[in-house]
Amino acid sequence: MRYLPLTDEDRTSMLATVGVESVDALYRGVPKAALLDRPVDLPPHGGEIEVERRICALAAQNIGASTAPFFLGAGNYFHHIPATVDHLIQRSEYLTSYTPYQPEISQGTLQALFEFQTQVALITGMEIANASMYDGATACAEAAMMACRVTRRHRVVLSGGLHPHYRDVTATNVKFMSLDISALAPDANGTEDAAVTIDDHTACVVVQNPDVFGRVRDYSNLGAACRAKGALLVVVVTEIVSLGALMPPGDMGADIVAAEGQSLGNPMSFGGPHVGLFAVREKFLRQMPGRLCGETVDTDGKRGWVLTLSTREQHIRREKATSNICTNSGLCALAFTIHLTLLGEAGFTRLAAINHARASTLAKKLGAVPGVVLLNETFFNEFTLRLPRPASPIVDTLAARGILAGVPVVRLFPDQRDLANLLLVSATEMTTDDDMDRLVAALGEVLK
Amino acid sequence: MTDVVTLTGNRGLDLEEKLIFEQDKAGRTAVDLPEPERHDNRLGPARRTRPIGLPGLSEPQVVRHYVRMSRNNYAIDAGIYPLGSCTMKHNPRLNEKMARQPGLADIHPLQPQGTVQGAFALMHELAHWLAELTGMPAVALSPAAGAHGELTGLMAIRSALEARGDARRVVLVPESAHGTNPASAHMCGYEIESVAATARGRVDLAAMKARLAPDVAAVMITNPNTCGLFEDDMAEISAAVHAAGAFVYCDGANFNAIVGRVRPGDLGIDAMHLNLHKTFSTPHGGGGPGAGPVTLSKALAPFAPLPYVVREGEGFRLVEQAGETGAHPYGRMKGFHGQFGVFVRALSYMMSMGSDGLRQASADAVLNANYLRARLQGTMSLSYEGPCMHEVLFDDHFLADTGVSTLDFAKAMIDEGVHPMTMYFPLIVHGAFLIEPTETEGRASLDLLADLMLGLAKRAKAKEVAFFKDSPKLAPRRRLDETRAARNPVLRWMPPAPKAAAE
Ligand SMILES: Cc1ncc(COP(=O)(O)O)c(C=O)c1O
Repeated sequence: MRYLPLTDEDRTSMLATVGVESVDALYRGVPKAALLDRPVDLPPHGGEIEVERRICALAAQNIGASTAPFFLGAGNYFHHIPATVDHLIQRSEYLTSYTPYQPEISQGTLQALFEFQTQVALITGMEIANASMYDGATACAEAAMMACRVTRRHRVVLSGGLHPHYRDVTATNVKFMSLDISALAPDANGTEDAAVTIDDHTACVVVQNPDVFGRVRDYSNLGAACRAKGALLVVVVTEIVSLGALMPPGDMGADIVAAEGQSLGNPMSFGGPHVGLFAVREKFLRQMPGRLCGETVDTDGKRGWVLTLSTREQHIRREKATSNICTNSGLCALAFTIHLTLLGEAGFTRLAAINHARASTLAKKLGAVPGVVLLNETFFNEFTLRLPRPASPIVDTLAARGILAGVPVVRLFPDQRDLANLLLVSATEMTTDDDMDRLVAALGEVLK
Repeated sequence: MTDVVTLTGNRGLDLEEKLIFEQDKAGRTAVDLPEPERHDNRLGPARRTRPIGLPGLSEPQVVRHYVRMSRNNYAIDAGIYPLGSCTMKHNPRLNEKMARQPGLADIHPLQPQGTVQGAFALMHELAHWLAELTGMPAVALSPAAGAHGELTGLMAIRSALEARGDARRVVLVPESAHGTNPASAHMCGYEIESVAATARGRVDLAAMKARLAPDVAAVMITNPNTCGLFEDDMAEISAAVHAAGAFVYCDGANFNAIVGRVRPGDLGIDAMHLNLHKTFSTPHGGGGPGAGPVTLSKALAPFAPLPYVVREGEGFRLVEQAGETGAHPYGRMKGFHGQFGVFVRALSYMMSMGSDGLRQASADAVLNANYLRARLQGTMSLSYEGPCMHEVLFDDHFLADTGVSTLDFAKAMIDEGVHPMTMYFPLIVHGAFLIEPTETEGRASLDLLADLMLGLAKRAKAKEVAFFKDSPKLAPRRRLDETRAARNPVLRWMPPAPKAAAE
């Protein structure tokens, strides 16, 4: 067994040092009836060749984005990851270290986190950011709970433009707290005015930009309305590359930004693991969930970094902590920060421009297919089409032809049969002209 | 050695590295991208009109930056990392290779279900392994880490209680529990009451039984517990809890001690999370990501959150909304379907180890911890007599009157080239040293750790206080000023203030 260094000889002599006959003696606290005397009914150990064969056989049953024209988004995007990213995150020193509890021998991780926090604050236009959350949806739930702590109010308004998974995760998280969720109806037409829903009990309004239908919004007025009524504005971003082209939420008056960072550095990986980004105004610092890395000096006066303000956290405050989060998304945050460092200002804004250009080209082509209507006035790299018939069977038909055409909106809003004909389509720097032409041609044929 | 002063601040292979923001040259990038094609601008009025402030570096600079920084990190790949409660075992690279396979890394969670049957099969198989190993019938895969699993399990408990119209308000948590336990119970809307430990470091069964009443919803037990001991009254605890109409939650962070040897389901556990990033070898990555699937008893299975995979005919189906007969999912814990990339790694590990290897691994983990106990207990103060499970707990009594603290001792270990054990946890003993070697350490590495700890204990007992207070001297940094970091938080880089014009 290749992962076990002890030999039988080691075991025998170590048992002698311990002073017992066999390992079983060490399990003597376990009730006899609960002690298994033979291996459980699962396959025996396997070598690399065998394991690779078994797992690759499963992988082969899936159609991956690298092998088919691919147009899905809805909070999880297919982007290019520079070779450097995956090489660096697999360095042992990053991959196989724990949370930096001993800062003197964890400065690599800590310095990367400090840079990550700075980058997140910069792109969101916020003052400070934490060291990551599990994903965008859980970050959104934490933002809502934090807004309730900050305002000492209990009502959370969720926009109808919010990704339904974010809505559901938020609603589930607060289900057993005395908080109220007002989830507004799906806003497929972009007519929602969340400002009218704010009352004296409203802790926050949670909106998304671009919204789940792909529309680009300016929430400055909503931000002002929130401020006027003592509520917070929480802005969710599920496609972080959009911030290379769009006004940052901080400039719109966001108090908390909860975002998904997968698009930078992290593969789609069937939806996880990803990286939740969490940025706030500095005055809310002490109500923030999650880990924070801060700058300090060592006894020689040299600059260094530590995890700080941990009196907010579960290991010190237990049930009074701002969150129960412990392990977060360290390595995904590292991939994010390396990718963004590689891009820099010039690369990040260029990447965003390409994404928008590709989507704009695609929207024009698809809008010309007879029977297809583009719903969006505005979009970044994703938009909604109205098809003449329900989208799900069409997507299945196109999948059978080897084209992954997008996300049927009913997959996200299963109760909304009136949205059955809507299809969410995304393009990124990975989308080729050939991919587009194949989709346009196939869709035209299917709709004929 | 510390008095060598260099011009650069570097010390041989120990390299200083500036922040990326201090290496910026406007316009530079390490990613060559084409000009965007001509297109209609559809961004609308909310487009970006001001610069962001991201620094520009080239690819060689970026590579060098992260490589130089990485050298300031300790890692399991470099040596023993005996952090108690964290199970820092070897992270096989085969797992990494598998997670990166086309068909696994490049699939989208909302693809038509017919195009991702292999992914569902993989999730189903992982759940099968976890169910067999725990002896529990159902598995909720979606929680992102251990703490998230705790909340998931408690929500299933609360949902089951509410379904039978039974509002209860209290969760009992032993004082030795990890901080996430009470924090999760609080997020589930419960009041937390603490249960005392016995002099043997176990839950005080009598005290717990005395507290069981119709207002108690659940008891959260960590087994093996955070003192590294098996809760030998577990079956009786479960029986008493069930008799009182409550549920048993088990924190499975320490499952590594009993994999393939004890099935928690046989001990009456109703819900338990498994940290795939501990027991099942997926890397900690400097703080995550993890995965915290929760195994559920028959009573709780119908309340599992969405989504989940079911077998249907020859294939699999992902259930994403409520409405299946017999199921009462209480909601959704996470975007999409869970930490799939971590599932691939954990399954790759389990297939590699097999039922025989997993059983050997838990035995070796327990033997290694007991070996350290045997070697250290004559010198250091063992908190609880008798054999331990996969980790061994000492307290700081052996340092009494030496002027040396657990923290000082840990910092001196850093200079010896090992990562210290977990310090000051669990809270029920004074100045805890919680040592978890794991099964992937060989005898030589255990002896190295034992020898250096014995040597340091000797120096402590000789009252070499200055030596300890000065440690570490050989690490990339000396002790860092945590008070200053907390008092005057600097959480991001800021551009230097413009210099006075006269300069
Ligand atoms: C005993 C115990 N319970 C719970 C947790 C929380 O697990 P996680 O960090 O995966 O959320 C940990 C680990 O940090 C632990 O050691």
